[in-house]
Amino acid sequence: MKFKDYYDIMGVPRDATADQIKQAYRKLARKYHPDVSKEADAEARFKDVGEAYEVLRDPEKRAAYDQLGSGPPPGQEFRPPPDWGSGFEFSGAGRPGPAEHGGFDGTGDSSEFFETLFGRAGAARARQRRPRERGEDHHARVIIDLDAALEGGARALTLRVPEVDAEGRVHLRERALNVKIPRGIQAGQHIRLAGQGETLPDGSKPGDLFLEVVFAPHALYRAEGSDLYRELPVTPWEAALGSQLQLPTPGGAVDLRIPAGSKAGTRLRLRGRGLPSRPPGDLYVTLQIALPPADSAAARAAYEAFAAATPFNPRLPNGA
Amino acid sequence: MAASITTVLVGHIVEEDEQLGIDQLCELCAVERQQVLELVEEGVLEAAPPGQLRFGGVSLRRLRIATRLRRDLGVNVAGVALAIQLLERIEALERDLPR
Repeated sequence: MKFKDYYDIMGVPRDATADQIKQAYRKLARKYHPDVSKEADAEARFKDVGEAYEVLRDPEKRAAYDQLGSGPPPGQEFRPPPDWGSGFEFSGAGRPGPAEHGGFDGTGDSSEFFETLFGRAGAARARQRRPRERGEDHHARVIIDLDAALEGGARALTLRVPEVDAEGRVHLRERALNVKIPRGIQAGQHIRLAGQGETLPDGSKPGDLFLEVVFAPHALYRAEGSDLYRELPVTPWEAALGSQLQLPTPGGAVDLRIPAGSKAGTRLRLRGRGLPSRPPGDLYVTLQIALPPADSAAARAAYEAFAAATPFNPRLPNGA
Repeated sequence: MAASITTVLVGHIVEEDEQLGIDQLCELCAVERQQVLELVEEGVLEAAPPGQLRFGGVSLRRLRIATRLRRDLGVNVAGVALAIQLLERIEALERDLPR
């Protein structure tokens, strides 16, 4: 088992005061909170910090932890001393507050190190609940491709489910689900799967599973609510003179008219060509002007003729 | 583990097909009614139609974030409202960033 240096995790000296520890916790919790943080390992760091705080904020646990010193020499496994815990009386669980750090959504999963020292009592904040008539609802956030929402269809999803085994330890179990994605679903909406939540041992009514939808980046489209956005490169003459072209859209190809005098960034709206939600969204096409390369004598000559024919200085407005 | 799965689960979109009542919302997020009402008052959760205490999926999502922020960071209601507003603004800005 690996020794965890809670002081190191919290970035406080071993003689830190309770206030210093609290401040350090608040700061780190804000930094690594999975709802707020963009750090890749935010969830793991947040759990570590929560666990460290759980021990260091509690005078009994902290005193007991301090008896361990700073752990075994580097590279050596940690084993709790045989007399561990003697002489300390842990008041155990029951205190509400920020200590329910684990699991992010639901069951706490403390490290093996924590559980060996302080048992599940401190960790799992036993759910004292009245006898329940049905299993709990579970929540998960799933990333799906936009095409699933455009066309509808089944997608294989893998969820990580925390599970408590007979000894009270928490394991993450992979759960594979095949889910029909409703056509037109939008990011942030939830799919409710009846009866796929928690199952109680007594076989009474299971809870539901709620899947919050997030879209993976798409090569062409960006979704916002039910609207889709895409960029479309056009030539300078198509933009300046206007043109008509065939544009593939999720609902089938349409004739798109580029108005004469269009500029880079001109946004065209195709009503009802967005996500097939109820009501369907719109498709916004932002024009980009692509310059043809001057890579042949003819192209260079054309550019030069164009320059000679057109007194045009795009920098005039900003005085260059 | 990767046993072949043949059953396709069919669900429905919570936001479109149903509105959640306040009790359902409380149950889903394991919070007290009072906390929901506070967040409604602060404008974080929007009842639709107003006054009827029926909520859509956006409220479900916001309530879950609000509950975690309050529990984990000790943020008060006004702080939660501000945090969620800023988080959603960051999300919108990130969506607009060219890839």
